Amino acid sequence: MQSEPERIGAASSTGGAGGSGAGIKVGIEIHQQLDTRCKLFCGCPTMLSDRKPDYSVVRRLRPTHSEMGEVDRAALFESTRRKRFVYQGHFGSACLVELDEEPPHELNPEAVSVALTAAALMNMKPVDEIHVMRKIVIDGSNTTGFQRTAKVALDGWIALGERRVTVQSLCLEEDAARKVSESEETVAYLLDRLGIPLVEVTTGPDMRSGAEAEQAALAIGRILKATGKVKRGLGAIRQDLNVSVEGGSRVEIKGVQELGMISTAVECEAMRQRRLLGVRDELIRRGVQDPLGSAVKDLTDLLSETGSKVLRKAIDSGGRVMGVLLKGYAGLLKCELQPGRRFGTELSDRAKAKAGVGGIFHTDELPAYGITPEEVSSVERALGALEGDCAVIVAAPEQMCRAALESVLERASEAIRGVPAEVRAANQDGTTRFMRPMPGSARMYPETDVPSIVVTKSRFEEVKRSLPETLESRAERYQKEYGLSRDLALLVVDSPYSAEFESLAREGVADPSFVAATFEYTFKMLRREGVDVDSFDPAEIKQVMLGANSGRIPKEAVPEVFRWLSANRGMGVEDALRALSVGAASAEEVRSKVAAVVERNLGLIQREGDRAKSRLMGDLMREYRGKVDGKLLFSLLEEEISKRIQPT
Amino acid sequence: MGLTPERGQPPQPQPRKTESESGYRGRVLDLIRSKGVKVGDRVLVTDGRMELAGILMPRSELEDDLHIVVKLPDGYNVGISIESIELQNAQDQEPPQPQPEARVPPPNPALPKVAIISTGGTIASRVDYRTGAVSPALSAADLYLTVPELGEIANIQTEILFSILSENMSSKHWTSIAESVSRQIKAGAQGVVVTHGTDTMGYTAAALSFALRNLPVPVILVGSQRSSDRPSSDAALNLKGAVSAAAYAPFAEVGVLMHATPSDETLVVHRGTRARKMHTSRRDAFRSVNSRPLAVIRDGRVEAHADVDYRPRGAPGDLEVRSHFEEDVVLIKSFPGIQPDIFDPIVHRGFRGIVLEGTGLGHIPDKLFHQVRRAIESGMTVVMASQCINGRVNMNVYSTGRELLTMGVIPAGDMLPETALVKLMWVLGQTEDHGKIRELFTANLAGEISERSEYLGGGSDAE
Repeated sequence: MQSEPERIGAASSTGGAGGSGAGIKVGIEIHQQLDTRCKLFCGCPTMLSDRKPDYSVVRRLRPTHSEMGEVDRAALFESTRRKRFVYQGHFGSACLVELDEEPPHELNPEAVSVALTAAALMNMKPVDEIHVMRKIVIDGSNTTGFQRTAKVALDGWIALGERRVTVQSLCLEEDAARKVSESEETVAYLLDRLGIPLVEVTTGPDMRSGAEAEQAALAIGRILKATGKVKRGLGAIRQDLNVSVEGGSRVEIKGVQELGMISTAVECEAMRQRRLLGVRDELIRRGVQDPLGSAVKDLTDLLSETGSKVLRKAIDSGGRVMGVLLKGYAGLLKCELQPGRRFGTELSDRAKAKAGVGGIFHTDELPAYGITPEEVSSVERALGALEGDCAVIVAAPEQMCRAALESVLERASEAIRGVPAEVRAANQDGTTRFMRPMPGSARMYPETDVPSIVVTKSRFEEVKRSLPETLESRAERYQKEYGLSRDLALLVVDSPYSAEFESLAREGVADPSFVAATFEYTFKMLRREGVDVDSFDPAEIKQVMLGANSGRIPKEAVPEVFRWLSANRGMGVEDALRALSVGAASAEEVRSKVAAVVERNLGLIQREGDRAKSRLMGDLMREYRGKVDGKLLFSLLEEEISKRIQPT
Repeated sequence: MGLTPERGQPPQPQPRKTESESGYRGRVLDLIRSKGVKVGDRVLVTDGRMELAGILMPRSELEDDLHIVVKLPDGYNVGISIESIELQNAQDQEPPQPQPEARVPPPNPALPKVAIISTGGTIASRVDYRTGAVSPALSAADLYLTVPELGEIANIQTEILFSILSENMSSKHWTSIAESVSRQIKAGAQGVVVTHGTDTMGYTAAALSFALRNLPVPVILVGSQRSSDRPSSDAALNLKGAVSAAAYAPFAEVGVLMHATPSDETLVVHRGTRARKMHTSRRDAFRSVNSRPLAVIRDGRVEAHADVDYRPRGAPGDLEVRSHFEEDVVLIKSFPGIQPDIFDPIVHRGFRGIVLEGTGLGHIPDKLFHQVRRAIESGMTVVMASQCINGRVNMNVYSTGRELLTMGVIPAGDMLPETALVKLMWVLGQTEDHGKIRELFTANLAGEISERSEYLGGGSDAE
């Protein structure tokens, strides 16, 4: 029952393996955590805890029925998996509001201000009155079963080179709880992140390639940073992508954590959609009937003697092996859609997500996994498979088997129509896996516990008058005012040290380029070594810079001083210098040492002139490296020589 | 439509209906009317800056009359100032939305019959995502639709008695609830559930405990602290627990059922005369005071507490309803510096009873003594409970207490002050004889008072 995979490959190659090209449309959704004093709807700090949690509660969620008769697909889907949710909290970082044991407080005014500033920076129009909504999310990541979210502004744009990218919407919303573990029945979450304010920025589907999407994400990230109120570090900014190719569907990709992965994720998705269109064309060519409703058969008795570990385990624990036939699908399940992911993977993902099974087997890849050719034949016979058909089997408790095979049939059926609109989760390598169907817009209803907030015209005018400097113009200013190179200036404005750099540079503590380089190169190097550079006290940093500027701390000794300070918390810069014997040599000592060296080598100097000078300098450096600044040493040497030997 | 949200949440956006059923008023209502637009219509709004298409949403009457609320296609509501907008009706004839089919399953002869009487509270409700309106699900069909599991526990009969916020309850409502419960029991209910807003659920529970004499079946009051329009609501679990308790509990008493902890795991049935709302918002707001709860419910199983003596189930014919309450009773909390003349209007107006919520073991400042004596001499009944909530009054320890006893103040033992209030209202509704009043008030009628103060442990801040 092998078919011709080569031909399928040919059909799917119409779109090419690359992905970029005409027909791709990408929109991005950026979620950026705000660094406000309090969470969005309570007085808790916006801080994560790494201690052991202090308490936990157990909850379940029920979908609510809509009176429109249109029960939301996404909500219903999640609810088909009866889960138990455990919420763990820390005293100090979560309160009764996060536990859904107290109504939300008013919308955090500081977060509203940041959102309005970001909106103005992106040429958006604020709404006149902000209404908080409840967006149904019953995966347990919100204790309430919904995420509170409010639209703050609409209809703006950012410049991307010569182009304008439309910014459709800016929302203020609460971050979700952090998932810590998941088993079949229970999902555990930490409450500390729940309620941290996020701004969600949504662009139009204006980008034509992954690279363009990446640039847009970077540009929006920089604009948000300009507000000076955003969190940094892993997870502080998250990107979702909306990707479609011509003839395909809008697919939302969730949780692309790194900017650098956007491009790959877009290309992979474009490839998947084009190849799925290839699969569709082939199914139509073959005249395949919609498999929905095909009979599910119990095959347990046929396989009761099987040596396959997976099947054995299921049967021995009281489960069943069941199968279904995909008539005319042979060969298609092994058609690769993304690197390492086949059409069979799509069926399997769907079954995993919807029925909670570990996976499926299909005859495009069998015999394998300990299932013998004889067993495959008997399964095919039992299901009535003919040439060109593909059999799918699954091993689990009976209910799960049936649910899994139903979802396999559902996904196989969708393939006849092309690309299903759905939400997918990003994998590490830029490929994606099925998460849930695309949610309808019906998931929202008003949060009646939180009063709306009027944004008057005068308030927004005030925001526009006092806009923060953009990172771009700040970089230009750093070049002009402090003589930084463009590269260094861009690095500084983008980094968390921007404010500290500026204050040290303005005070004239040290050469601005040296200050900037310390933050951007030295600290980066130290961080890679595992030094906790974030915990340095600004006063400490300033003291080191001052020392370096006066020559007391040789510039090459600066990293060593920071290393020592990090390893000896609680000790000061003076302690570091003493311990490392940096700057310990007093100017007088050094001078007399240099004088003695010159005295001893007068003959050599007279004989060899400048060559002797560099030899002596080498000797001195061996002794004083890291303790006395090289320039200072050299000028002392020249002085002492000129005292004794008149220049000719 | 009588909407009864739980306390702690402002009313839903349409408390009183204007002509357009919208909550809009003043200038904005004029505008909407002049454009022939109704809530739920598709509209097009242009204000020079941009053009928005959406659906006109209702608005809270408590908000200003300067904005309209529009639901955008992505589901968000936004408020738009009517300052300089063009509003257009973009309504195309929409087919009416099909209602989800609600039907009552045929009765299962193997299951007991339970009546659910609703008095308010959104213990079950349905959300219209289009307008955001929440409407109570009160009919049996609605209940089966929102909490289908109920059909596996019992055959449900429903009665919508009234739909009010629980702070608006009065003793007249207690009377009608008692009569309704009695009707249901006589009609064959093997247990009765009363849905109730949580604010005054403890008072109603106490009232029913006194009014329903010789109760033959459990009567379970149930509420929710998170309204049932949200996925995390405690309503469905509480309702299932209440129906289980009504159907299967061995005791024939009035109970209050809520969560035992913030987790959706264990439920607890408090004795109606001992339950007190002790938290404004937590799911486990209700606690039993000076007593153990009647039962806990785990995984749908009712486990009666082994150490609690309860009244067992009996024959329906035993039930006797004595549902008259005296309204002219007050509860006064003593505090440092309380002015004696606050008693003047009470005595003048001829109230029949005063519950004093004294300090400690049952004390009030001696400058009130004259007023208390005056009240008692004028024929009023004065009783003493403690604002400590936990523990019992003992008026023999200090001279203040002894003096009050001499005046004729009746100690309320280990009764909750609120239960003492309800009990005094009921006792005064039954008799005018002073001897009889004292006898009834100090007797244990419904587990509200006990001779022993059991050590119940816990409660230490040093834990």
